[in-house]
Amino acid sequence: MGQCQCGNSAESKEKYLAPLKTILEGYEGKQKDLIPVLQKAQDEYGYLPEEVIKEIANALNLSLSQVYGVVTFYSQFHLEPRGENIIRVCLGTACHVRGGGQVLNKIKEELGVDDGETTEDLKFTLESVACIGACGLAPVIMINDDTHGRLTPDKIPAILDKYKA
Amino acid sequence: MEQSIYRSHILVCGGTGCVSSGCKQAQDALKDELAKHDLTSEIKIVETGCHGFCEKGPIMIMYPEGVFYCELTPEDMPELVEEHILKGRTVERLLYTEPNSKKSIPSYEEIDFYKKQQRLVLGNCGHMDPESIEEYIATGGYEAIGKALTEMTPEGVIEEVKDAGLRGRGGGGFPTGLKWQFAAGAKSDKKYVICNADEGDPGAFMDRSLLEGDPHRIIEGMMIGAYATGADEGYVYVRAEYPLAIERLQKALDDAREYGLLGENIFGTDFNFDLHIKAGAGAFVCGEETALMNSIEGKRGMPRPRPPFPAEQGLWGKPSNINNVESYANVPNIIRDGAEAYKAIGTEGSKGTKVFALTGKINNTGLAEVPMGITMKEIIYDIGGGISDGNKFKAVQIGGPSGGCLPEELLDLPVDYDSLIEVGAMMGSGGLVVMDDSTCMVDVARFFLNFTQSESCGKCTPCREGTKRMLEILNRITSGEGKDGDIEMLERLAENIKSTSLCGLGQTAPNPVLSTLKYFRHEYEAHIYDEICPAGACEDMLKGYVIDEDACIGCTACARVCPVDAIEGNVKEAHVIDLDKCISCGACVSKCKFDAISQA
Repeated sequence: MGQCQCGNSAESKEKYLAPLKTILEGYEGKQKDLIPVLQKAQDEYGYLPEEVIKEIANALNLSLSQVYGVVTFYSQFHLEPRGENIIRVCLGTACHVRGGGQVLNKIKEELGVDDGETTEDLKFTLESVACIGACGLAPVIMINDDTHGRLTPDKIPAILDKYKA
Repeated sequence: MEQSIYRSHILVCGGTGCVSSGCKQAQDALKDELAKHDLTSEIKIVETGCHGFCEKGPIMIMYPEGVFYCELTPEDMPELVEEHILKGRTVERLLYTEPNSKKSIPSYEEIDFYKKQQRLVLGNCGHMDPESIEEYIATGGYEAIGKALTEMTPEGVIEEVKDAGLRGRGGGGFPTGLKWQFAAGAKSDKKYVICNADEGDPGAFMDRSLLEGDPHRIIEGMMIGAYATGADEGYVYVRAEYPLAIERLQKALDDAREYGLLGENIFGTDFNFDLHIKAGAGAFVCGEETALMNSIEGKRGMPRPRPPFPAEQGLWGKPSNINNVESYANVPNIIRDGAEAYKAIGTEGSKGTKVFALTGKINNTGLAEVPMGITMKEIIYDIGGGISDGNKFKAVQIGGPSGGCLPEELLDLPVDYDSLIEVGAMMGSGGLVVMDDSTCMVDVARFFLNFTQSESCGKCTPCREGTKRMLEILNRITSGEGKDGDIEMLERLAENIKSTSLCGLGQTAPNPVLSTLKYFRHEYEAHIYDEICPAGACEDMLKGYVIDEDACIGCTACARVCPVDAIEGNVKEAHVIDLDKCISCGACVSKCKFDAISQA
């Protein structure tokens, strides 16, 4: 699990968890809202550190294992820190038959990371996904919320450059 | 509200496809250009939902003329405004060019892609501002729920939907009216309606398009379903991967509440109803109805055994009715125009239209809504414009990971629920992925198994272990290590997984393998016994390419395209490939006009 970035003093921990407290307002004991709470927490912290998960379990009156079970079930949730830019390479059917695999290989080569990994400078996280529903433009990748379509491996370096700055 | 009269409207497609092709930039440039000519009070820009022709984005349609411009860039805008708007002359070079005749076609309706379509469910998509409730109402929106609430009983609504013959558009094809009847018959103080918008099938994006392009239609469909079944609360479960759909739906819900279309005493009756959005968190299995309900409840999205069915014990143990986005989108038309009009379209067992997502190696990718019973050939060749790059058709995959691959012999098959089941495929959500002779069918089967295996939730053994074992065999075959008996083992595992899995995911997971074995068995055999991938797609099996000396005329096309300079030879003399250098990329094969290059 990820390390708390805040040192160990009670004061800095409190500061670290302050945004989470705001998120949790109004959700106390509402177990059905676990998924939206996790989504909001991840938006805030970029991933789900152990301290955050513990706090959520407490607030929603769930056991840590229940929360951990949900976090690990859904592919959207992450227990490790993530890159500043998230690259999602679509390997859905349409992208698969139109060369999505080559696009993925090119990105791996450019960034020097494997599928699911984050670059050392925390700039990029590379993931492959099943389908992002932009099949008409296959092969496609998404970087953060931008979709890039009709790709070939040679277009990749220029696209990545835009996010390196 | 201040209303201006505009002499012309420019509809700019703002669907996800066009957004990624750069429609925002084009639209900004258009705005600037209109301002420059002081035309902003005369010309209105309307950002619409998806036009379906994603291949050609960004798209703009000029009204009242109905001229269709495509593949636009910001640099085209000065000319477009100068010529089309100011001088009234069509800009020929920005029109759609028909791929076969090379003719440019100005009018929207005359483009082949749209000609054979019957856009009833997608009727508003691309023709109105999806964020405007007024525009939806102006096209007859919320008339159907008004009619249902004030002129019909819940039983009457159910009868109408049953009579129309609407079947579930999400995959199974279960009669919608019957489903409603079960939920209506359940006795409870609380009932729910749920819309399944967890469109997870790779290759399908019609639900996304509907939510982005016509969100009020889904709300209205759900309201009618709620009235018929006696529910007062609803959920729309949308994939988290669809942020624009969630945003537009949220806006639609807020507007509907403000107009009193959601809330209490709707249309002055005692019908109360409100809706919530739940964003998924990335799990394909949540498209299964009972898993989806677990996910709404905040749990791991694992399916529950049925019975009890959701109509008896669904969300939080209460009777619940769950339908797919496209199913709900059909409902307002049925109630407003009546079952008779609805069932005039379609075949004996499948009524109405179906939206297909055309993708893969096809010229016109996009969304097409066609009457049930149209042939696959018409969809692929007339609407889809045939196979891209002049290649040869090999197969069409229909129904996503639950469906099957159909060969050329079945292209004349009229497409409906029952005909597809008969040939070993299924309607599924309507994704059509076209494949040409460079696609390996064993690799396609492996692709789908890899998908279902990683998405299997792990609750039941046949799906968890069985798909893993099948995938291992397919991985071996596609890496050149297949052995005698593999095909038989795949068939045995497939039958067992189909008949013993808990939910639809496992029960249909073997379909891609079974259908490719049925129609493309020779490709499996070639991999196992001849150690060759006929399509040249399985990288591990490629040993490089060779040139047939007699067929080669020495045109040098192959040598020029080779990325590693493995091909040598003089002009007008037979060329030779150095197998030590060859990386089996296949670039030379696609360039050779004389069929002189083949696998070593």
